[in-house]
Amino acid sequence: MAHYDAIIIGGGHNGLTCAAYLARAGRRVLVLERRHVLGGAAVTEEIYPGFKYSVCSYVVSLLRPEIIRELKLPRFGLEILPLDCSFLPLPDGRSLARWGDAERTRAEISKFSAKDAETTPQFGRAMVQMGQLVRPILEMVPPRPDSWNPAQLLELLQLGRRFQGVGKEGLALATKMMTMSAADFLDEWFESDLLKAPMSVSGIIGTYQGVRSPGTAYVLLHHYMGEIDGAFRAWGFAKGGTGAISNAIADSARHFGAEIRTEAPILRVRLKNGRADGVVLENGDEISASAVISGVDPHRTFLKMVGEEHLDPDFVRRIRRFKLRGSSGKVNLALDRAPSFTCRPGDGPHIRGDIAIAPSIDYLERAYDQAKYGAFSERPYLNVVIPSLTDPSVAPPGKHVMSCFVQYAPYKLKGGPETWPEHREAFGDAVVDTLAEYIPDIREIILHRQVLSPWDLEQEFGLTEGNIFHGELSLEQLFFLRPTADWSRYRTPIGRLWLCGSGAHPGGGIMGAPGLLAAREMLRTGAV
Amino acid sequence: MPIPSPFHERTAPLCHSYRWKEWAGHLAVCSYDTTIDREYFAFRQSAGLLDASPLIKYDVRGKDAGAFLSRLSVRPVDALKVGRAVYTCWTDDRGHVIDDGTIARLDDDHYRVTTGDPELWWLERNRRGYEVTIEDTTQQIAVLALQGPNSRAILQACSDADLGSLGYFGLTQTKLDDHDVLISRTGYTGDLGYEVWIDAPKALPLWDAITSAGKPYGIEPAGLDALDVTRIEAGYLLLGIDYLSAPRCLLASQKSNPYEIGLGWMVRLDREPFIGQAALREAKASGSPWSFVGLDISWPALEELCSRFSVPPALPAHAWRCSIPIYDRHRQIGYATSGTWSPTLKQNLALATIATDHAAVGTEVDIEVTVEHERHTVPATVVDRPFFDPPRRRS
Repeated sequence: MAHYDAIIIGGGHNGLTCAAYLARAGRRVLVLERRHVLGGAAVTEEIYPGFKYSVCSYVVSLLRPEIIRELKLPRFGLEILPLDCSFLPLPDGRSLARWGDAERTRAEISKFSAKDAETTPQFGRAMVQMGQLVRPILEMVPPRPDSWNPAQLLELLQLGRRFQGVGKEGLALATKMMTMSAADFLDEWFESDLLKAPMSVSGIIGTYQGVRSPGTAYVLLHHYMGEIDGAFRAWGFAKGGTGAISNAIADSARHFGAEIRTEAPILRVRLKNGRADGVVLENGDEISASAVISGVDPHRTFLKMVGEEHLDPDFVRRIRRFKLRGSSGKVNLALDRAPSFTCRPGDGPHIRGDIAIAPSIDYLERAYDQAKYGAFSERPYLNVVIPSLTDPSVAPPGKHVMSCFVQYAPYKLKGGPETWPEHREAFGDAVVDTLAEYIPDIREIILHRQVLSPWDLEQEFGLTEGNIFHGELSLEQLFFLRPTADWSRYRTPIGRLWLCGSGAHPGGGIMGAPGLLAAREMLRTGAV
Repeated sequence: MPIPSPFHERTAPLCHSYRWKEWAGHLAVCSYDTTIDREYFAFRQSAGLLDASPLIKYDVRGKDAGAFLSRLSVRPVDALKVGRAVYTCWTDDRGHVIDDGTIARLDDDHYRVTTGDPELWWLERNRRGYEVTIEDTTQQIAVLALQGPNSRAILQACSDADLGSLGYFGLTQTKLDDHDVLISRTGYTGDLGYEVWIDAPKALPLWDAITSAGKPYGIEPAGLDALDVTRIEAGYLLLGIDYLSAPRCLLASQKSNPYEIGLGWMVRLDREPFIGQAALREAKASGSPWSFVGLDISWPALEELCSRFSVPPALPAHAWRCSIPIYDRHRQIGYATSGTWSPTLKQNLALATIATDHAAVGTEVDIEVTVEHERHTVPATVVDRPFFDPPRRRS
């Protein structure tokens, strides 16, 4: 039987990234993917003939530039197209478009608030400053705050210096970001709801919280980071859908010698003397490896693939408490032609970026109210993109694909998550009804509709509780607390079992950082 | 006063940025938007439509046309098949490059030369003894460059030509929406692309036909700024920026032979005499002290340098064109002449002339950067050109 230096559980973008880096360092690596396609949640599938849906994740914002460079992803087909516009249509005929061009944006915002128009660039600069502060964190293996190891102390010290470097005002701002709600934080800067509502949603994406829930301001920054990396232009669509990113990483990994198998579901991690020494597949095959690296979420890794009986009860308790609580769904539409919004008709550049259905802070909070008590929002927040306008290769000529990220759709419906299949189409209808308030003829141009509830995300993509980030991106679950306080450095209580997925630092989104950092840490410590 | 192009009536209302520049005496759009992203990505993802009418064109006719142009060009064109074009350059008798461009054979006795600068004087000066007529057709012929992965599908949708069988650097006379056009499989983006040539009075219907056929394929009007980014990614050099035309130089050191600007591959020495042949033979034998290379400027190093100043790396939104010193430690060994951030490759690229002993692919050099008003250097690596080379470029 073949023996590998490392087996990676799950061919998502992080697992593939980790595999590519290990293979690049000369290790013998095997990636095992349960589904027939690679990519995990970064996947493109032709669900309806001729239309390629980015089924789950739909934009790239934070894919680490060093991964793009070091794995030579452009050579393996990665092309990222920019999103130039953020468009906010309103049901009353007004609309706001924010552009890459600052002057144009100023003119747009001025229609609603001259003050906000001038504050916007100042806010942008403050975010850049905050981003500079936080960005190195995305690139480091979290130090252990309780460690006396000189190398880790030094890292903490350097981090502390950075915070010192931003001065009193910067520090105050950072503290506010870490404690306030997105809505409150934006209230300090802006007066117009039209600006605040679409900006605040970055604070709640993928979390089971509302824009008025404390702590959500920090997640705003995560969103801004993508834009701060503006010079890298890493914020946009992947040509061919998000699956093209996974395929590029996979091709790079193969180029470096990694072996990748699809339709190879893993039953469990094989343990020997309390340490991982391989995996057992669902078909009974066993494959040995010196290390097993899990790209699936911590919950699934420990509770399903390792088993509680092999773990300390205290650790099990912490993993159980790690908040997953999926709160969003996805609706993908095949359209006969480009949609035309009542407030700004035609298919101009305003609909080529991301379109937010988030007319007011109250609207968003009301959407959350319903979700709190176990119902999906009748009028949800939607983040809509039409990638085919920029990348015609994903739809037949003249036709389009529309991707709608939908929040809130709580995993735990009142009748239990397993009742989602009964409510799935009603949920899809709510999304289409919401769209119809802005695009009256939307129903006539829909050729096909794919509705994914958090239940479907769990069943089909293995995202526990349908959480798109493998665990909420709330402060208590980030950095040296991700996934748990003692095990944030990609290691686990099981020897030779490592984590490389979004449930590890620095978290979700098509970033690749957990995969990269895990590989780096394993190589540094000689674990593989 | 720059002359408006035959497409001006269409391009002017689309040019929301009001950003125009002069191109060989003609008015040309820099970018339609205030930013270039949409236009750049059209070239790389769907199709960008560029008004290339200012391109200088000379129609050379007569029984000696092939022999005449072969005497001027470093690459013979008399054996060129009808319906084919080549990229070439021509030099003075000392072998210094005057200009580069394409020569297409439209018929047995009919060639079309395109140039960067007006070169009629050079053609006229050397025509003695040849039975040819030379006509400057720049104003008579309007040109649209349609470049990008969808360009073939768009032209196929509106013309009778069999574009699938039209090879790289091939050309064909055909009908496009009832108009007689010449379509050539050429361009300056390093992508799949075509140039469509038509009598100037019929320019507007051509624009309308192509844009309406292109609508379902994501066609976008695109300007010179986006073109500049693509041509650098493709590693193509630009007259007046990356090298100077010999007769327009003040100093001998400003002149270049084809070997020094990366065009040595096209020189065919062993044939009937051509202008510059003896000098080029000598230049080839002695080896050129200068080489034209592509540089990949280290992004991590630039980031690291900027972080010392607590600023994020800032790059110009467009391609840049100025002379930037290149060093081997502290000794200057050359200069970069143009560069750009490549949105496709995520690399910071430059085209440079450097001493040949530092020009091997993989060599590390240092390039000057200015951060917060202070001059520093960051490492750059000599890499192969084209930087971006999709298989569709030659398809």
